[in-house]
Amino acid sequence: MSTLQRKLLRDLAGMWGQALAIALVIASGVATYVMSITTFEALYATQQNYYRDYRLADVFANLKRAPERLARRIAEIPGVDLLETRVQTQVNIDIAGFSDPVSGLLVSLPDNAEPQLNLLHLRQGRLPVSGRDDEIVLSEPFALAHQLRPGAKLSAIINGHRKTLTVVGIALSPEYINIIQPGALFPDDLRYGVLWMARTPLATAYDMEGAFNDLALTLFPGTPLEPVLEQLDFILTPYGGLGSYGREDQLSNRFVTSELQGLEVMAAVFPVIFMGVATFLLNVVISRLVGLQREQIAALKAFGYRNYEIGWHYWQLVMLITLLGVTLGIVFGVWLGHGLSNLYQTFYHFPYLDYHLRTGVALSAFAFSLAAALLGTLHALRRAVRLPPAEAMRPEPPARYRRGWLDRLGLQRLLSQPARMILRNLQRQPLKALFSVIGIALACAILVVGSFQEDSIDYMVTVQFRLSQKDDLSVALTGPSSHRALYELRSLPGVNHAEPQRAIPVRLRAGQYHYRTGVQGLTTDGVLYDLLDTDLQIIRLPPEGVVLSEYLARQLRVKAGDSVTLEVLEGARPVRQVPVAAVVQQYIGVAAYMDIDALNRLLGEAQALTGAALLVDATARQSVYQRLKEMPKVAGVTNKAHAISGFYDTMGENLLVFAFINTLLAGTITFGVVYNSARISLSERSRELASLRVLGFTRAEVGYILLGELGLLTLLAIPLGFLLGRGLSCAYMASALSSDLYQIPLITNPSSYAFAASVVLVCSLISSMLIGRQLKHLDLVGVLKTRE
Amino acid sequence: MHEETVATPDPLTPATVFQTKDLSKVYTMGEVQVHALRGIDLTLKAGELVVLLGASGSGKSTLLNILGGLDTASSGQVWYRDWELTSASDRELTEYRRYHVGFVFQFYNLIPSLTARENVAIVTDIARTPMTPQEALGLVGLSDRLDHFPAQLSGGQQQRVAIARAIAKNPAVLLCDEPTGALDSKTGIIVLEALQHINQTLGTLTAVITHNAAIAEMADRVIHLSDGHISDAFQNTHKKEPQELSW
Repeated sequence: MSTLQRKLLRDLAGMWGQALAIALVIASGVATYVMSITTFEALYATQQNYYRDYRLADVFANLKRAPERLARRIAEIPGVDLLETRVQTQVNIDIAGFSDPVSGLLVSLPDNAEPQLNLLHLRQGRLPVSGRDDEIVLSEPFALAHQLRPGAKLSAIINGHRKTLTVVGIALSPEYINIIQPGALFPDDLRYGVLWMARTPLATAYDMEGAFNDLALTLFPGTPLEPVLEQLDFILTPYGGLGSYGREDQLSNRFVTSELQGLEVMAAVFPVIFMGVATFLLNVVISRLVGLQREQIAALKAFGYRNYEIGWHYWQLVMLITLLGVTLGIVFGVWLGHGLSNLYQTFYHFPYLDYHLRTGVALSAFAFSLAAALLGTLHALRRAVRLPPAEAMRPEPPARYRRGWLDRLGLQRLLSQPARMILRNLQRQPLKALFSVIGIALACAILVVGSFQEDSIDYMVTVQFRLSQKDDLSVALTGPSSHRALYELRSLPGVNHAEPQRAIPVRLRAGQYHYRTGVQGLTTDGVLYDLLDTDLQIIRLPPEGVVLSEYLARQLRVKAGDSVTLEVLEGARPVRQVPVAAVVQQYIGVAAYMDIDALNRLLGEAQALTGAALLVDATARQSVYQRLKEMPKVAGVTNKAHAISGFYDTMGENLLVFAFINTLLAGTITFGVVYNSARISLSERSRELASLRVLGFTRAEVGYILLGELGLLTLLAIPLGFLLGRGLSCAYMASALSSDLYQIPLITNPSSYAFAASVVLVCSLISSMLIGRQLKHLDLVGVLKTRE
Repeated sequence: MHEETVATPDPLTPATVFQTKDLSKVYTMGEVQVHALRGIDLTLKAGELVVLLGASGSGKSTLLNILGGLDTASSGQVWYRDWELTSASDRELTEYRRYHVGFVFQFYNLIPSLTARENVAIVTDIARTPMTPQEALGLVGLSDRLDHFPAQLSGGQQQRVAIARAIAKNPAVLLCDEPTGALDSKTGIIVLEALQHINQTLGTLTAVITHNAAIAEMADRVIHLSDGHISDAFQNTHKKEPQELSW
């Protein structure tokens, strides 16, 4: 090791506190980057491999009933590779010891063969023996939720008959990574699951021998999707086709994919903030170091060290700090990423997880960190390189203070001498002051972003489940029913009120844009489901026309007053032009609403309903459940309280993990910036402050001059941080967190701003106290004796 | 005013190491223009111990800096042997300092994070034919302080480390800027003894600038500077030993 390198290590040891603070900020940036990228890549790779290995279909279609021979016609559509027909149906399930209504999707498995598409990953047990009508394979999330193992029994109402089924296997399927009950917004593994059964007994039970009501197919690579969908719909329409759709619109896939996009954005936004702050800190600290070592640099040059050797010397110091940060960041990032990926794996029930750190990711972390470091220190390094040795031998001329705007305005008379010193100092280095403010503001902003997500989730839940949906239970019926079903529901003991609902699958078109969703028919005089405008004021459902959620209107590029084409995807499949009567605010799901009578008129049906919203006595809830389970027409029951907890489980868990990490990392920044700024201030001004002490200033007065500047900067930074935080939240939300599953509103509670400000202030205060203690050790005599 | 004339080369007289012609320097400090040197003509020879005397602001530090290749002249010329420093590039001046010049500064300019030995090694690391740091520190009587950090050494000891650092590369010239300026007289004399020892044992041209007239008594030659001019220059016929000096 050369002597110069030894000096480097000793310098580093001498400034370890500051070096560590910077390294931690860099580490935070790298960690968020590595965590997001590796998790994204792991999940993406896992998702893609899972889809490939288990042959997830490219196209899906549901229909009422079609003869098996139709499959041959479908297989002839150009581009179709593999095709598999299935029988599937919704069933009500009874699990011993669990009183809530439970339902499931019963799906057929080919007789005597493994499925060709959407293969099952058996976790335990085996597939049903062909022809056995009492053996099922259960989806793992559901099995886990009820602690069911192979050998366990449950009963299901199959075509009106209660049947006892034996679980023979537990499996995962790429088709049902997320299992969401129709009409529900989020997975609820306790109350909804997938059951697989041999095809023949299932078909027999539902009068589907030689027929199918569901199909999945794959396309040859490069086949365009749309023409296939069109031809498929054309073939299936006479058989009650509900509209085919590609993998992109498959619910489970859509859910997973939107989550992945969020990670991708996180990988881009947060590291940039951290690196920006690290750049600033390196700038301040290395500039100061070069200033402090002015005479050392001059001496080294006097001894014949070349300019680039000096530059390289300081750049090595910067690199050491940066590399320490990057290394820490990668280790921490991989640890976080691994944990996060495992969390997702558990959440999504992937059969395996391909987690690894690509060399490219590590290298890019090094590259962008070093680039940021170079950007931050280039000026200081150049100063070291260019410093003429003779000039450095002379004492530094006094800093150039001038009368600033403050003095010109004559405001200085209003201020005390120390306050003038603070302000002149800020005026002298406006750029540095500005960057300090921005640095602290960014830390504050990250805290605001961190809590914005929490606040927004609470807000979404409030709007959706308290302001809009006011029912306790909502009931889905097996098919369109007459009003008699409603009367039956109303007459159940404990049910205080019931309102009919009618849901139909539709495709909405406006020009070139189209969207597959459902139209909900509601009663105009209903009280259990309120539509809200953007100011959350209840709007009355208009007697004619369709009401669109704001997101849906945006997707279709329409506004109130425009008209859309409504293609009904069931029954007689009418196609109608309907006016958009209003646009409503809705954060969860994508929906369209109509007056139930208008909807029935449009369908040509009289007073039909497919579901109902109920108000139920809290005490009678269990008995209502029990009665609902026994009603053959009831396909499923959603409990609002469960929906809320399901929502928090899904959204909350993931976002809150991020929020926690963000808060932790923002703390690092705040401390890094505030402590470093104060430390540098003390170093720059110790001579001046010691002089003041000699002149008779008390330590408190001197502390005020030193820390007052910092306090002023912090106070300026906080409101700026609020603004930046809001802007960031806006950008973050716009780019990532809106999907057709949910749209996150930009909500920040005053308490979140207060929290962000408090964290910044507390960090500021702690830093001030640490620096204040160093003021005690100000060497009054020594400082005046030395030249610098 | 006494003006030096350029000596003709003579095998019996010592070789000329430095020669300057009408050397001037103007620099800007803060917002003030300073005329530090106004037409200096000067010759320094191998093996000499020269003391440049002058008050604060007389231009003596500037002259030393230009001779040492730390600073450049505004006008005039400087030769080191047959090398014209005034036309040398920044890179050439660095090479010149690296291999030919040893500096001793008033405030020692030791690197606080390095020990005595390492402070010398930082120069021997880049020199062509250096002595070892131990040897150099031995020459200034600090063999027992090799692993002390600057903060653990007295002012005189620090200055002797600085001298060891300056001579460790076996330079042709040793330039000392107020080497005793920050020291009391007793310690200062120890430092001057070290300088004289080096000058006599290694034959290094040693130029000492000082405002302390007493030090001139140990010189071979004394040059007075005032207000950027050479106001007087003479050969010292009654050279004293450092320990005979007092101030």
